[in-house]
Amino acid sequence: MQAQQAPRTLFEKIWSRHSIMQRPDGQVLLYIDQHLVQDGSAPAFEMLRQRGITPRVPSRAFATPDHYVPTDSRDLATMADPEKRQMATALMQDAARAGIRSFDLDDPRQGILHVVGPEQGLSWPGTVIVCGDSHTSTHGAVGALAFGIGATEVCQVLATQSLWQRRPKTMRIAVDGRLAAGVCAKDVILAIIGKIGAAGAVGHVIEYAGSTIASLSMEGRLTVCNMSIEAGARAGMIAPDDTTISYLAGRPFSPAGKAWEEQVGRWRALPSDPDARFDREANLSAHEIEPMVTWGTSPEDVVAVTGRVPDPAAAGQPQRREAMQRALAYMGLTPGTCMAEVPIDRVFIGSCTNGRIEDLRSAAAVVRDRKVASGVAAWVVPGSGVVKAQAEAEGLHHIFRAAGFEWRYAGCSMCLGTNGDIGAPGQRIASTTNRNFVGRQGAGVRTHLMSPMMAAAAAVTGRLSDVRQLMAGGMA
Amino acid sequence: MSLKPFERLDAIAVPITQPNLDTDQILPARYLQKPRANNFGEYLFRDLRFGKDGSEQAGFVLNQTPYRDGRIILAARNFGCGSSREHAVWALHDYGFRAVIAPSFGDIFYANALKNGLLPIPLPEPSVLAMLDTVQAAPGSRMVVDLEAQTVLAPDGASHTFDINAFSKHCLLKGLDELGYTLGLLDQIADFERRFEQAGS
Repeated sequence: MQAQQAPRTLFEKIWSRHSIMQRPDGQVLLYIDQHLVQDGSAPAFEMLRQRGITPRVPSRAFATPDHYVPTDSRDLATMADPEKRQMATALMQDAARAGIRSFDLDDPRQGILHVVGPEQGLSWPGTVIVCGDSHTSTHGAVGALAFGIGATEVCQVLATQSLWQRRPKTMRIAVDGRLAAGVCAKDVILAIIGKIGAAGAVGHVIEYAGSTIASLSMEGRLTVCNMSIEAGARAGMIAPDDTTISYLAGRPFSPAGKAWEEQVGRWRALPSDPDARFDREANLSAHEIEPMVTWGTSPEDVVAVTGRVPDPAAAGQPQRREAMQRALAYMGLTPGTCMAEVPIDRVFIGSCTNGRIEDLRSAAAVVRDRKVASGVAAWVVPGSGVVKAQAEAEGLHHIFRAAGFEWRYAGCSMCLGTNGDIGAPGQRIASTTNRNFVGRQGAGVRTHLMSPMMAAAAAVTGRLSDVRQLMAGGMA
Repeated sequence: MSLKPFERLDAIAVPITQPNLDTDQILPARYLQKPRANNFGEYLFRDLRFGKDGSEQAGFVLNQTPYRDGRIILAARNFGCGSSREHAVWALHDYGFRAVIAPSFGDIFYANALKNGLLPIPLPEPSVLAMLDTVQAAPGSRMVVDLEAQTVLAPDGASHTFDINAFSKHCLLKGLDELGYTLGLLDQIADFERRFEQAGS
C-alpha cells in the first residue's frame, strides 16, 4: 500500500493522520495531541465556564505560567499589579480545577512553555501541538505540527480536543553548507526572514531542510522553528532524525520501554518522502550568513552586523520607503551608520527563542573574563527552572554575575513585558528575543534582535558588535 | 454563543498604509490582562492614538474627523501579524470595525477575526494599493461590503470579489459560532479518538 501512495511531506503525514473529518468547504477537523496552556488563557477558561463545559481531555493538556511571573523572585506577591498576579493565579486555579497537569511557579520545572515542552519530552514528533501563543511553532523542531491559536480556539480545544483548520500550503526552505564560527541558528532564521520577508510564508507551513539545518542541535532547531511565525508561517518544522531521537530519549514525559521503541519506529517514517512536492521552495547558503542584527521594527528589517543602517531613499516602493522612514525614526537611527557603532543601554538574554542551555553557554563563553560595559544593564533570564539549574551546575551564573549581569528566574520577561519587565522610553536593547515591534519591550523602547553570542558581545562593548571580532581579540 | 449577524456594510474606510501592522500595535500587551468584559475599543491602537499623557495624537488616522466613524479598515499587507492575541480582534470589533481589507493577514489574526464578527477580506495587492490611494485622496470615502455576494464596492465604483470559506460565511451571516457546531460532533470525535489511541498515539 505504501508503494501506491503518492510521496508525502512530513506535514502531509501528520495532517492526514490527525484528520477527524472534512467539511464540505474543505476545512478539516484536526485532532490535537497536546495542548499547552499558558497564563494568558483566563479568557478561554471563562468562555468555557459561560457554556458550562469542562475540559474534555485534561490528560492532553499541560500548563505552566510564564507570561505573568516575576523574574526577580518566585513570589507572585512581589508583583504590584493585582491584574498581573491574577493572570498567573487564574491559570493555576483553572488547571487544578480541570485536572490539567501543571508546573506552578514554585515548581523547579516551571518555565516558558516552549522551553518546557521539548525539555520535558512533552513535545513528540508526528503530533499536533497547539497553544494560545504564536511561538508554538517552536515545537515543530521535533518534527511536530505545532501552531499558535487565539482564545476562542483555545476554548474549542479544551472543549473538544479538536480544531477546524484550513489546509495550509507547504514551503521547503533548504539551508546548506557550514556555518562559520560566531554564526548560529538565530542568524540562520534572521537571514531567512530577511530574505523572504515578514509575510514571506503567510498561509504556509515551512519545512526547514538541508545540511545546515541537519547539523543544528535540538536547541538550534527550536530557535529556527520558533521564529517561523515571524516569516508569517503557520508553522515551521524539521524532520526528526538521530539528533531528535537522542534529544528526546529519557526525558520525563518521553515514551519509555516498549512504547519508546514503537514510537521511534513511527518517528523514523515521518520525514518527507524523497519525491514529495512542496508548494514553494527557497534556498540559502550557510556561507552567506553572517551574525545578524535588526535595524528596524519588523524582524524582516535585518542586516549583517558588518552592514550599515539602510537608506530609505534606496527603497524601490514608496510604501517600503515610508515604512523604513517610520522605523528609523522610531529606532533613532540615521541611514548609513555602521551597525557596529550603535550604542546600547540594555541587554536581554532569554525568551522562548534563545533561553535554552546552549544559548546561555554560548553567551557565557563570550562574557567569560569580561565586564559588562559601564552604564549597560544586562539580564539573563533562563527559559526554565531546569535550564537555570543546569546553567548553575555548570557555573554559568558565576560567569554572568562576575561580568555584571543580573541572573534571574525563568519566564517570558522582557520579550513582551507582560509581567512588568520592560525598558524605559528611548532605551536601546540588544535582545535575543523574537520581535522588534514598536513598543514590544516597553513604550518607546528600541529593540535590536540578535543571537545570544551577539547580545553578550554588545553587553561587554556597550554597542552592537561583531562577536567574531571580539572573540578574535580585535576589539577593545 | 450567538453573535450579531453580519449585515451589509456601507461605511467609511480607514486607510492604514503601514505594512506588517502587528497585533502589538493594534492592542499593546499591557492590556492582555484585562478581562473580556472591558471595552477593548478604548485600547485599540492605544500607543498610536494617544500620547503618554492620554492626549490624542493628531497625526494618527483614527483621530482625524472623517475617520472617527470608520467601520472598515483598509490596510497594507500582512495586517495583524505577530502575536496570537485575540484581544486585537476584540479591540477592532469593540471600537466598531466590522471588516478589514488587506492583501494578506497574519494567519492567526485571520482565524480570530472570523470567530468574532470581524470580516477579514483578502484582495490582490494592486487593488488594495489603488484603493488606499483613492481613499487617501478623498478622506471619508465609503466602501460597501456585501458578505452574501462576497463583494467589495470600492470608492471608484469598481466591484471586487473576495474569498471566504462557506462555513465561516454561514456563521457570520447567521451570527452562529463554530464551537456550537463542533460540540454536535463529539460522538465522531470520540470514535476517531478511540481508533487513534488504539493505533498507538
